[in-house]
Amino acid sequence: MLRLPAFALERPRTLRAALELLAENGQSAMVVAGGTDLLPNLKHELFDPKLLVSLAEIDELRGLCASAEGGLEIGAMTPLADVATSELARTRAPALAQACGLVAGPQLRTMGTLGGNVLLDTRCQWYNQTYFWRSALGFCLKKDGSACHVVAGGKKCVAAASNDSAPALMSLGAVLHFESASGAREVAIDEFFTGDGIQNKKIAPGEILTCVRIPPMPAGHRGAYGKLRDRGSIDFPLLGVAVRLDCSSKDVVENADLVLTALAAQPKRVKRASETLAGTKLGTPAFDEAAEKVAELAYQQCRPLANIPGDANWRHEMVPVWVRRTLAAAATEPNVTT
Amino acid sequence: MAARDNHGTSPPWGRSFGVLGQPHRKLDGLAKATGSAVYADDLALPGMLHAKTLRSPHAHARIESIDASKALALEGVHAVITGRDLPERYGVIPWTQDETALAVDRVRFIGDPVAAVAAIDEDTANRALKLIEVRYQKLTAWFDPASSLAAQTDRIHPDTKGPGNLSKHVHLCFGDVDGELAGAAHTIEGEYEFHGTTHAPIEPHCAVAAVDAAGLLTVWSSTQITHYVHRALAKVLHLEAHKIRVVQPCLGGAFGGKSDPFSLEFCVAKLAMLTARPVKMLYTREEVFYAHRGRHPMQMRYRTGVDKDGKLRAVDAKILIDGGSYSSFGLVTTYYAGQLLTGPYHFPTYRFDSTRVFTNKPPCGPKRGHGSVQPRFAFEIQLDELAGRLELDPIEIRRRNFQGDFTRTVNGQRVTSNGFLKCLDEVERLSRWKERRGKLGFGRGLGVAGSMYISGTNYPVYPNDMPQAGIQIKLDRSGLATVFTGGNDIGQGSNSMCAYIVAEELGLDLSAVRVVAADTDLCPVDLGAYSSRVTFMVGNATIDACRKLRGQIVQALAEKWQVAKERIRLIAGQALDLEDAARAISIAEAFQIAEARFDTLGSTGSYNTPTLGGDYRGGTIGAAPAYSFTAHIVEVDVDVETGQLTCENVWIAHDCGRALNPMIVAGQMEGSVYMGLAEALLEEHTLNRFGLHAGPNLLDYKLPTSVDTPELYARIVESIDPEGPYGAKEAGEGPLHPALPALSNAVFDAVGVRLRRLPFTPARVLSELRAAGVDAKRHAQAGLPARAEKGAR
Repeated sequence: MLRLPAFALERPRTLRAALELLAENGQSAMVVAGGTDLLPNLKHELFDPKLLVSLAEIDELRGLCASAEGGLEIGAMTPLADVATSELARTRAPALAQACGLVAGPQLRTMGTLGGNVLLDTRCQWYNQTYFWRSALGFCLKKDGSACHVVAGGKKCVAAASNDSAPALMSLGAVLHFESASGAREVAIDEFFTGDGIQNKKIAPGEILTCVRIPPMPAGHRGAYGKLRDRGSIDFPLLGVAVRLDCSSKDVVENADLVLTALAAQPKRVKRASETLAGTKLGTPAFDEAAEKVAELAYQQCRPLANIPGDANWRHEMVPVWVRRTLAAAATEPNVTT
Repeated sequence: MAARDNHGTSPPWGRSFGVLGQPHRKLDGLAKATGSAVYADDLALPGMLHAKTLRSPHAHARIESIDASKALALEGVHAVITGRDLPERYGVIPWTQDETALAVDRVRFIGDPVAAVAAIDEDTANRALKLIEVRYQKLTAWFDPASSLAAQTDRIHPDTKGPGNLSKHVHLCFGDVDGELAGAAHTIEGEYEFHGTTHAPIEPHCAVAAVDAAGLLTVWSSTQITHYVHRALAKVLHLEAHKIRVVQPCLGGAFGGKSDPFSLEFCVAKLAMLTARPVKMLYTREEVFYAHRGRHPMQMRYRTGVDKDGKLRAVDAKILIDGGSYSSFGLVTTYYAGQLLTGPYHFPTYRFDSTRVFTNKPPCGPKRGHGSVQPRFAFEIQLDELAGRLELDPIEIRRRNFQGDFTRTVNGQRVTSNGFLKCLDEVERLSRWKERRGKLGFGRGLGVAGSMYISGTNYPVYPNDMPQAGIQIKLDRSGLATVFTGGNDIGQGSNSMCAYIVAEELGLDLSAVRVVAADTDLCPVDLGAYSSRVTFMVGNATIDACRKLRGQIVQALAEKWQVAKERIRLIAGQALDLEDAARAISIAEAFQIAEARFDTLGSTGSYNTPTLGGDYRGGTIGAAPAYSFTAHIVEVDVDVETGQLTCENVWIAHDCGRALNPMIVAGQMEGSVYMGLAEALLEEHTLNRFGLHAGPNLLDYKLPTSVDTPELYARIVESIDPEGPYGAKEAGEGPLHPALPALSNAVFDAVGVRLRRLPFTPARVLSELRAAGVDAKRHAQAGLPARAEKGAR
């Protein structure tokens, strides 16, 4: 079995205490939530923290509730399984509930948290390997090396955003709430991810993601998340598609959004999706034609790289198929929004 | 064949069986389910050190120097060994011993073992590995078998004859193949490709060694060949074999992946001898991928000729086998690739030419269905192609070519019982083939395939005249029977099989039978769990030993009761006089009466194969005392937009002779199909462009989960083999074979496209569909719903 490196573990019971630990220990400390991704990464010697600050004992970070304005507030330490099965999440943010329900397998969803998934490290076939393997390779740009093996001569890391929750949250216009020893800040998730695979998140040292806020959806909101993967469970996405359809009372699309992930370092919003779908009525040929056009737009706008395992060209070919299928799923599911 | 080997096929006490033929738990089932079973890694001995292996980061290089001084200086490090400490070569096949425990002067693949460290714990050992300095001179690495065969420089094993990096070449011809092909009404030629796969047992390899005060070396190892490990340790360590004891603890799966001696067994033994402390080594999952010995990639060309009725006239095969870096069982693989195809169909003439080539990859070896899964894949597709050409039902062409039972194949193999036709009947009926094939609509289809597999082989890997399987039984005054078997229970239930037989023969409750297995100090030799030999051979040996004891008990009771022996029965924990019910006594009392009459009760039993095989070089390789037969029908759904294949149902009929425990037989049939489909759809043991394993972990190397597994319908067919124990044959490997070609044939039924290259990844399937002009629009026109379940397939 691969061994975990040595580190100290603190399990503070309050957010304040956790923030202080991070402030005191600076870059040598890391936060661990469910540990389902960090611990394997530690075994692969991708990180070398002296201290892990576990958030598992902090009750205030856990829980999902309706916000005062009619949206959702989800504590960062809420298990993915809880989000997936929450009636509130399934009605107010169906794409997110579906995405959380498709992360990994049942055991990992029980341990893994929403905050942990939002902050998931990017993934790459040349990176998520053991130290021996990476040393035989000569390492890579993202860790211990200077060359990218995905893009020959590439100077920028293109490891893939692989968190299923991120595109769903982007489609829902979610806001992330951070706290640090020096204060709090909120950032729209649209502004949070960058194209740098080494660190694709704008998070400062000492900050803890405490809460994910989802604004209220209009009455005719529909959503879906489609995930392409090799097996029916466990696997990270080869492609993730989050769909938002806000419809009138007569099922006419008024606003739409489409965000794809597992292509590059950053989830990608499909441009012109909303205007293409707007005005079409669900269940009519017009909607199907618009969906076909959006699928084609997505195909043109996306270029999956050979970052994660699997045939990159095939992943590209799957973009329009999964866009169409996920749009159809969002359109045909019973509208559960109240 | 010695008379002792044949015991008939009937129940020992009259017309029906008391224990056999019914479902029973495995002896170790509860222990495994509750976590109390003791595996190699569960062993902890006082003062035990932990060892780790330094591995080559280069695919092919000469070792110029190794400096371990810094590692040795690290606190907590007790010893470091390199190839110089264990230079003796070994290899499971005596004629091709080309392995050393640690690389002596040359590394041959990324992951080849170079040095081993023993330290107070794994972390210290790992730290020490990073302090060992090795200087390499890189050599040309050979990854493609065709170019490797032509290599002139930087040969992988410079002391082999060549040409190039040739490992083994076999060319055998039976009859006038060219003449028959020329005269055939139809001939078909095609190329087929089998990628590499590995076993991926749940338990990684682990070994523990200790040397006692008297100098006895004990090695506990997760092996399926205790006896061969014993011999290899003696050879490599230059120890007398009687000073070595090898024990196999409970084992977490093997599938052929633990049937070679492995580096870690020698390393822990040597390190224990050097440090005078017990030493354990547990492979990481990544190291299991490097140890490999998985299924050989094969490029196969088949040419088959039939007459106008679809009867085979000639089969001509040419096979290029990618062997990886060492020989392992490769000599046998190269023969098996040709020798095991001559059933269940009659081949009037046959030729095969197989060439195994070394490459700078983890070494290939035997995996469940050793050497014959790949040719079976090719041939069963080709048979379907011929059926198509002749407009015959694919089941019909198989029936027409059935070889029959009690026959001899063109390559000289003796076939005894053969239930293949019954297997075909069963899957045809259960799947409602006649009503459904070709009528399921575009995108959904049914495919059939058949196969044959050896039930043991008459070829021990080192030639000798001693029994291939031995058993000892000791009877205790308490009514307990203890069975000592060298057989390796690797999860297939061979220990349980011994217990069922003893319980049946001696009239015992299963709880009164204990099995001590796979311990070279305590148990008579058995050659190990490979070639599907254990039930057949150890089963026969067990009956042999039981019959001797039974004779003594019956005689003692007959004398004591003054009745004829025929009146005595040992059944359900009791000894009975059939004509005087009042005389019933417990088995324990019967044992005591027998012990008083004959002294301490014990017996041995053994089994040897009869003389088998063709009278030519290699003619005994693939010759088995019996063969099992299988037929599958696979139902597939093809997503023509994505190339994803979903197996919905698989019907499996398998002729295992007699099912000693039908629950275990059915489990083996289901597990075989699970594994076969996994190889077809998901598993890929491949190297990337740097010669590195593409993903040596269980996230990247994909095994199907429960949700990826079809409904499996296992139907046991019993042909009652005259020489098997009560008529039993194998069930652990044969039922894998047809799964892959039946899937390909089902895809053809679904969408009219032949998939001849494995694996059937969606990317590859989609490109094949597109190349054949199959597209989503046609799918939509057929009025079928898009397979658009949200989420994963």
